[in-house]
Amino acid sequence: MVEPAPATDLQPLRRHILGMEGVPKEEIEILLDLSESYIDQNRQDDKKSSILRGRTLINVFFENSTRTRTSFELAGKRLGADVINMSVSSSAIKKGETLIDTAMTLNAMHPDVLTVRHADSGAVQLLSEKVTCSVLNAGDGSHEHPTQALLDSLTIRRRKQKLEGLVVAICGDIIHSRVARSNIYLLNTMGAKVRLVAPRTLLPDAIENFGVAVHHNMESGIRDADIIMMLRLQTERMQGSYVPSTREYFRFFGLDREKLAIAKPDALIMHPGPMNRGIEIDSELADDINRSVIHEQVEMGVAVRMACLDIATRNLSRDSAGNG
Amino acid sequence: MTDRTAYINARVLDPATETDRMGSVLVLGNKIVEWGTGLFENGIPENVRIVDCHGYCLAPGLIDMRVHLPEPGGEHKESFETASAAAAGGGVTSIVCLPDAQTPIDNISVLEFIARRARETNIVKIYAYGTITRNRAGNELSEFGILAEAGALAFTDGDKALADALVMRRALSYAATFNFLIIQHPEEPRLALNGQMNEGEMATRLGLAGIPAAAEVMMIERDLRLVEMTGARYHAAHISTAASVNAIRNAKTRGLPVTCDTAPHYFTLTDSSVMDYRTFTKVSPPLRDEKDRLAIVEGVLDGTIDMIGSDHRPQDQDSKRLPFLQAETGIVGLETLLPLTLALHHVENVPLIDLIRRLTAAPANLLGMKEGRLGIGLPADFTIFDPDHSWTIKADNLRSKSKNTPFDGHTVKGMAMCTVVGGRHVHSLID
Repeated sequence: MVEPAPATDLQPLRRHILGMEGVPKEEIEILLDLSESYIDQNRQDDKKSSILRGRTLINVFFENSTRTRTSFELAGKRLGADVINMSVSSSAIKKGETLIDTAMTLNAMHPDVLTVRHADSGAVQLLSEKVTCSVLNAGDGSHEHPTQALLDSLTIRRRKQKLEGLVVAICGDIIHSRVARSNIYLLNTMGAKVRLVAPRTLLPDAIENFGVAVHHNMESGIRDADIIMMLRLQTERMQGSYVPSTREYFRFFGLDREKLAIAKPDALIMHPGPMNRGIEIDSELADDINRSVIHEQVEMGVAVRMACLDIATRNLSRDSAGNG
Repeated sequence: MTDRTAYINARVLDPATETDRMGSVLVLGNKIVEWGTGLFENGIPENVRIVDCHGYCLAPGLIDMRVHLPEPGGEHKESFETASAAAAGGGVTSIVCLPDAQTPIDNISVLEFIARRARETNIVKIYAYGTITRNRAGNELSEFGILAEAGALAFTDGDKALADALVMRRALSYAATFNFLIIQHPEEPRLALNGQMNEGEMATRLGLAGIPAAAEVMMIERDLRLVEMTGARYHAAHISTAASVNAIRNAKTRGLPVTCDTAPHYFTLTDSSVMDYRTFTKVSPPLRDEKDRLAIVEGVLDGTIDMIGSDHRPQDQDSKRLPFLQAETGIVGLETLLPLTLALHHVENVPLIDLIRRLTAAPANLLGMKEGRLGIGLPADFTIFDPDHSWTIKADNLRSKSKNTPFDGHTVKGMAMCTVVGGRHVHSLID
């Protein structure tokens, strides 16, 4: 058994982690520092600690996911929690149960944490208002995906030793991306310079008001960038034609070696996955271990989710002690 | 016992005759027999019941020209009884039902059903529109003439835009033959596809698909070309954007037979109210930005916007306690129509009579109703209201069966003190 991570002096005071909008720098730093300690735990033979022993974690996924659900599942198990996975799309919803009824039903089973993914923006917040346990947003519609942004920042910070002042280019399907929104909030809070690179059809209205520089071509967008974050073209959320073809998209907005040369020589390539090889990123480039940190992101994901579970349940203890 | 009633000590507001002065009204049975300033100068005759209006305003009964009454099919959201009670409480004496309940008003049996239920309920007057197209499908025209004979006041596909330019041209052209009015829900549906709220910074922040403001004006502008071609009477419903106000203003300058209305939420709220995914703010067309809100206020001020309708659309909890994307659109408005409209008097200094006109004579003239004005021999439908009475809207206290108001907790000024329909007090706080 591994010892629990040392308690930090200053703890975020939130029971739910629903988004990165408005989360102060100090809280982000606490989460990232705590995540660091879990990286070591995950690399040992004995990966299990007991700080969530007796706690029940339910992964409630209204939208299909493999990596995020697995990541949360591992995070919970390595902290000693009992973990249940629920794919709601295949059960209650088909029988007509509403989101709130599902929330109340789960709540009655006394879980300590629900990690929730839903195809509708705002659905996780709605659910969180109806339960007494902690809720971690595992992605809601096109709104937020806070643990992805945290794991991205942890990955960057470990490679670049800082976040402040770095130029981060987020490229591709911004309009549908909850990853982009969470990253914009978090990176701005941490003092990074965020650029968005996309054709106009893939940028939401008024995005320039979010503290970002908007570019419509890769050349200017990734010039001298420290980090290039490629996003998946979310064809499943696309009604109609946002881009003429994947071939044309790759030609102008896909990342290949030629375009990469415009960025800083040590620029890192990131992708939240799952990748569309040959659509937003050159297949060979994605596998280049000198430039691509895509697998490292996945590793950091487990650590970040352990930190989030840790923090959320610490606050939960206080709540159940009568302060909630 | 007498069946004459004298309403005395009232500030009589009658937009049709530009009357705004202290006076009285004498009612015999269900009709007005005398009204004016000099009435009862020589004392009130005997055997007359007296209602002291305490100096409150007495205006023609309010007409809410935009009410979604979901019966038949949606009785769990609102029935004729609850809608009528809400209307009476809000000072509304006549409501006009939009034909977009579960059963569209595209044949006379539905109009007959509404007429029967209105008779049974017998609280306020209930009128209805017919659909422009059968089943509101946007393809084949409804039987305008037959529906009009059965009571349809005008034709509209409710909350669905008639998008097909050819069908719209023919609808206008055919309507012009009989001088019928066509009412459009102006929104280019393809541009609004999947949209959940106004396109803009708030929609981007919430990750909700937006409906651009331009979707409204481009439908209006297309329709205005068709109005020019056909000469038909055209009404743009619940306009919500600055560009729409400009388009209608220009059309009126060009002499086109065009009118429009708006709903109180478009001059009261903006899309910033949607924050935290408040589904009670989900409405069609969506709440717009501050620039649009101000333009709507300006449109009422300068007369471009002819009428105000509540766009009352009851939704039960099950239709609203959902993720924003899944929630139904709609705001209940019958009970808040008067005070929210009066805010334009209290805050923007619009003369009271100009606001009351938009709730009485203007919709009555547009729809060919005999109500909406005071006059000898006309129905004794009027609303006695205190324009300065301050109160706080409480969703739970609404008479509507559904409580979907974004104005819960808002303090407003203006309250119906007595609502009179055909000489009967269907709501009263003064006798």
